[in-house]
Amino acid sequence: MAMPSSESYSILLILAKIAVVLLVLMTTVAYAVWLERKVVARIQSRWGPYLVGPHGLLQPLADGLKIFFKEDFVPSEVDRVVFWLAPFLAFSLALLSIAVIPFGESITIAGKTIRFQITDLNVGLLFVIAVTSLGVYGVALAGWSSNSKYPLLGGLRSSAQMISYELSLGLGLMGVVMITGSLSLREIVEGQHSLWNVFKQPVGFLIYFTAAVAETNRVPFDLPEGESELVGGFHTEYSSFKFAMFFMAEYANIVTVSCLATLLFFGGWLGPVFGPPVLRSLLPVVWFCLKVFCFLFVYIWIRGTLPRFRYDQLMAFGWKFLLPVGLLNVVATSLVLALSSS
Amino acid sequence: MAALFYIFGALAILAALSVVLQRTPVYSALSLIVVLCSLAVVYLLLGAEFLAVIQVIVYAGAIMVLFVLVIMLLNAHREEPTDRSRVARILGAPLLAVFLGEVLYAVWQHFPPEQTPAAPAVNAGPRAIGELLFRNYVLPFEVTSILILVAVLGAVVLAKKQL
Repeated sequence: MAMPSSESYSILLILAKIAVVLLVLMTTVAYAVWLERKVVARIQSRWGPYLVGPHGLLQPLADGLKIFFKEDFVPSEVDRVVFWLAPFLAFSLALLSIAVIPFGESITIAGKTIRFQITDLNVGLLFVIAVTSLGVYGVALAGWSSNSKYPLLGGLRSSAQMISYELSLGLGLMGVVMITGSLSLREIVEGQHSLWNVFKQPVGFLIYFTAAVAETNRVPFDLPEGESELVGGFHTEYSSFKFAMFFMAEYANIVTVSCLATLLFFGGWLGPVFGPPVLRSLLPVVWFCLKVFCFLFVYIWIRGTLPRFRYDQLMAFGWKFLLPVGLLNVVATSLVLALSSS
Repeated sequence: MAALFYIFGALAILAALSVVLQRTPVYSALSLIVVLCSLAVVYLLLGAEFLAVIQVIVYAGAIMVLFVLVIMLLNAHREEPTDRSRVARILGAPLLAVFLGEVLYAVWQHFPPEQTPAAPAVNAGPRAIGELLFRNYVLPFEVTSILILVAVLGAVVLAKKQL
């Protein structure tokens, strides 16, 4: 039998990486839902899921099984092609951006150095923003294709909201890019060895975080769903598997924006490392996961404690406050950089 | 790499045809998004990662979202087939043929099929593009942005009769 060539080896390696990352991401998504139910229950003085497995730990599995065995109901007046396309688009775009997220430095096994990242793009940050900017189609098309008034209103609201807050999201990240001088996520993390970016760009971080909550359609910016006024928003007409795809996409997006916040502002995988070489290469991944977990927790915390915005408040906040502050932050950062370099 | 180029080139052309031939506005808009994304892949194959990503962000992620938003606002479903105007019926196909021939001729003149041009080794990184835009072409760039600003103001004035 011929030895596998180095090219087929590297393709195998990439496939293995994709499989592992997807598995971890989907598990994270499932348990983010469990965590959300538990934390919100705690905030509201309830127990939350408790019956399926110890502390309800098997609840995500039970929920998953239940939702896949539900009837997949398609209303008669929908635009069938787009009605199918929308959840797939939302789900695959939500998974796509994880491809450029670095989780740690690298590990050397049997002389081969393996990086904790599926692929290192030199414009990795822009890639994530591009994929996020496409994410609006899933919601908008779902709203349109359902051919019903509540989904349409939800889809319209969410398109307008996502377009508005995308600008602030980008502006919030601009300061970090200007300080680092690179769009590669790996280089941005490497540039934070002495000091995390959150201390250099506190305003940028706040803008990014606020815009990211809006971009993922979470409370207090969850008007696209707004149960009390829109029934369920853009996914009112969806059931079973297709609804599950929207649901998973939302949580995958939360994980992605948390990863991005960790990488850009909180030093990514940087943290104290010690011990034997294996531990030295695995500890950064642990630090990274811990930081992402903190962000997930804060997300849930916000959901459990804040009321929803009114729609005009949301738009006014985005355009009249967040955007000007973001622009000012960019101007101030460039002034400081220009003065300190001359 | 060449195979990828042909796949996405063909996809771009097919999707472009679909933009014109679809009867439902949303399908046309979606096809246009496919065209723009295929072009982004072609840029990527030429080594212009920055340009490819910007193409997706600006065209597919911003401009086309507005298109889709407007179509949704109008709630336009299937378009009613109208009887084409007489001018279009008589002159449409010949004009199309002439225009297509012109484009093909120009391409043929510039790149004769014997000597396939190698992919130019351009530096299309963010720094290079930034220097070109803000140093060499700063005046056209600023004039364009003023033009866009004027267009935006015009749209606002037209939409809001009394300010």
